[in-house]
Amino acid sequence: MSKISELSLTKIVNGIKKKDFSSEEVTKSFIDNSKKSKKLNTYITECFDEALKFSKNFDKKKDYKGLLSGVPIAVKDMFCTKNVKTTAGSKILHNFIPTYESTVTNNLWSEGAFLLGKLNCDEFAMGSSNETSFFGNVKNPYGEKLVPGGSSGGSASALAAGLTPATIGTDTGGSIRQPASFTGTVGLKPTYGRCSRWGIVAFASSLDQAGPMTINVEDSALLLQAMSGYDSKDSTSVDKKVENYSSNLTEKIKGLKIGIPKEYRVDKMPTEIDDLWKKGIEYLKDAGAIIKNISLEHTMHALPAYYIVAPAEASSNLARYDGVKYGHRASGKNLIEMYENTRSEGFGNEVKRRILIGTYVLSSGYYDAYYLKAQKVRRLIKNDFDKAFKDVDAILTPSTPGSAFKIGDKSNDPVSMYLNDIFTVPVNLSGLPAISVPAGYDKNNLPLGLQLIGKAFDEQTILNLSLAIEKRANFKKNYKIWWS
Amino acid sequence: MTEKKFDYFISGEKDKWEVIIGLEVHAQVLSQSKLFSSSSTKFGSEPNTQVSLIDSGFPGMLPVINQFCVEQSIKTGLGLNAKINLNSVFDRKNYFYADLPQGYQISQYKNPIVGEGEVILDMPYGTKKIGIERLHLEQDAGKSIHDMDPESSFVDLNRSGVALMEIVSKPDLRSPQEVSFYIKKLRSIMRYLGTCDGNMQEGSLRADVNVSVRKIGEKKFGTRCEIKNVNSIKFMEMAIEYEANRQVQLLESGKTINQETRLFDTKKNSTRSMRSKEDAHDYRYFPDPDLLPLNLDKDLINKLKKELPELPDQKKERFIKEHNLSPYEANILVSEKEISDYYEEVIKGCDKKLATNWITVELFAVLNKKNLSITQSPVSAKNLSLLIKMITSGKISGKIAKDVFEKMQPSDKDPRQIVEKEGLLQQSDPKELEKIIVTVISKNQDKVTQYKSGKEKLFGYFVGEVMKASKGKANPQLVNQILKKKLH
Repeated sequence: MSKISELSLTKIVNGIKKKDFSSEEVTKSFIDNSKKSKKLNTYITECFDEALKFSKNFDKKKDYKGLLSGVPIAVKDMFCTKNVKTTAGSKILHNFIPTYESTVTNNLWSEGAFLLGKLNCDEFAMGSSNETSFFGNVKNPYGEKLVPGGSSGGSASALAAGLTPATIGTDTGGSIRQPASFTGTVGLKPTYGRCSRWGIVAFASSLDQAGPMTINVEDSALLLQAMSGYDSKDSTSVDKKVENYSSNLTEKIKGLKIGIPKEYRVDKMPTEIDDLWKKGIEYLKDAGAIIKNISLEHTMHALPAYYIVAPAEASSNLARYDGVKYGHRASGKNLIEMYENTRSEGFGNEVKRRILIGTYVLSSGYYDAYYLKAQKVRRLIKNDFDKAFKDVDAILTPSTPGSAFKIGDKSNDPVSMYLNDIFTVPVNLSGLPAISVPAGYDKNNLPLGLQLIGKAFDEQTILNLSLAIEKRANFKKNYKIWWS
Repeated sequence: MTEKKFDYFISGEKDKWEVIIGLEVHAQVLSQSKLFSSSSTKFGSEPNTQVSLIDSGFPGMLPVINQFCVEQSIKTGLGLNAKINLNSVFDRKNYFYADLPQGYQISQYKNPIVGEGEVILDMPYGTKKIGIERLHLEQDAGKSIHDMDPESSFVDLNRSGVALMEIVSKPDLRSPQEVSFYIKKLRSIMRYLGTCDGNMQEGSLRADVNVSVRKIGEKKFGTRCEIKNVNSIKFMEMAIEYEANRQVQLLESGKTINQETRLFDTKKNSTRSMRSKEDAHDYRYFPDPDLLPLNLDKDLINKLKKELPELPDQKKERFIKEHNLSPYEANILVSEKEISDYYEEVIKGCDKKLATNWITVELFAVLNKKNLSITQSPVSAKNLSLLIKMITSGKISGKIAKDVFEKMQPSDKDPRQIVEKEGLLQQSDPKELEKIIVTVISKNQDKVTQYKSGKEKLFGYFVGEVMKASKGKANPQLVNQILKKKLH
């Protein structure tokens, strides 16, 4: 038998149930790996002692009713966790300990899982490389010099390196799917409203959505099922029954119509990305899907619209970090000076940049030209998808325009950094579900992912299609452990 | 009542000026919990004891609309004869302040829940309609306390998130008196509806007052100044008076008015500049992405319409029609719901006209003197009714009734017991009265002679003597009858 930490989430859950191994053994295995992983810099807060204690208790109680019974899980540090420091990767919250638990993490704990630690991420989830974190950049298991993607970079790296059996991230413009693609893992952004946003540090409220990050599609279905559900505390969550994604999961996708949007064939896209896309088409054809060329004609406007809407909301959402109530506070001669010092010290450059952009586009005299226009564009993009989904069941695209890049390569060029989200942001703007599934490697042996976009609340179809790709791509992680 | 003419103008050195006033009233919604959280709204609790994680702006906290507050604002809208908007939107009004934990206030900017309506005022010079521009829902901020410590300021978030209705009038008001009547009418309507307690001391009702002036006959409005957060009717009247005169003086000396926000200094009785238009905040309003647009069901509005209580204007009409009251009397009786309730309780058992007089004259005199509200009246409606009934049935005279009324206070004694115990029943036995009258006549033969020789005024003297002899208990009508007979 292989090492426990090499097993999938599903296998671990079943193994604990069948008493192949105990929860304590599982927990120890991941803690061992985690302790040796300092160079990856994935953890902001470790909860190893508490996790071990919990696992021992679990083994005594032997309650296997939950979907995730006995499983330790580390989560992105955007989820508020009761009595455990929650930083959002920011200095301004470096000392913040919530008295409450986010709905999504609470759902996991209700299914028998427990917290292993809090994972590094871009500051307030603003970034595509995990370089904006106050706690330092995270490294990609595929190379010491490579970014893991972002903003859920710590989650993706920890998952790919076998430090946690699965994890959850948040995705505002691609923050689950892009790092999943960069680390050869599966990342799913559910339909907006599928998971509660209550207790998740907000970045852009109309776009933020929590989702599962796992090493395979089967695990993704399981974790999605565990974390989803209506929450009356979140007005934007949708009261719709959670399906049994796991037992409905099938690779029998014969007859499904798959759209290939021509607008996603962007300039300067590496040929290997195009090749991967073609391979994906072949896989799905092989599984019996019908391929259709479609047009999502406003795609090119998605990125600019996103970089107006998201900063606008962020500029308002982050106003609460003022040093008055909690978190970092700098001194000042008066209230205004205290604000200025607190926020100057507390926020990093990328966050400041977005607050400035957001403040600008909402300002009187500019609102109509920027924010309102962006909202109109957003509607057009959504209309594109609505139209397309009259003809197809799902849409296949690359997840990213390239593989993991080098640390520092794009950090001084925000626009080139933002371009990384080009395939993922239209999905957030439209509130649709999408998944990134590893499907191959580039010439440097770095993982590449394919993205499947589904109809609203039809996570099942994209999970099934991903399974079909997964089976055929036969992706195996191929990094060498360099960090321990 | 003689009809007066409207006469509030500012007489400057050169011209006569008209004052234009519009109000933005902030009325706290009467509700158990806040607009977007379940924290209590109780007034006067220890600082920061009614604060949820939402009210204090903790990370990841989300607002959820309090349906009751929505219904309260719909009811208020209906009470203002206003259009209820089936679709409205909550926006964020962004600004930094220590008592604004989220860094923004959730309000309604472009699409308020209630549109145009009106309030009717009964002015001494006739009725006047004041247009309502809109009513929107918003959350209150917390309270900064700057005078507890020389070094630091303190923040109390108990108010943070409490639901407010901002009721914006059209610039239809023309005098401090009209403003006073408007606020009172608005408060009365909301109290009838149970949507706002209108308690100005506790801050449940406060207003921003917009004032401008223009020469009589001019069509265009002048530049206005906004006087922020005035929390009593008296101060509103004083602030307007001061501000209008200030503007007239400026304009007549050839200067212009800066559009600005001003504060009313209650100690100096003057207004001073707070910030100019150039310094005005850019609130960066945008729709709150944490909340869905508020879509209302027509059925809900119809249901609330049906459940609406009788409002002051309707009640006034009914009192005039059914109880034969004058508009003046009806106005007084409906001005507060509790007064009209009291009145309606009293008239269940007695004469309406007499009841009106007793309430508006005798009872109000007592309440005013002791500074009590009608709900604290030392005489209950039931006992006042009994007292009046004793007058109309001839058991006691009106004069005795006033004495009994005194004795009923402050512990709300039963007038029947007082009358019985003190032997105050009216003497209506003709034989007994005749005896007294005969005695009075025989004692005053000289006056009888004068009376008979034409000095008819003396009749009153005889009545008075008889009443005195009977210790006020003689039935005056019978005394009149018998005296007339005897003096012939």
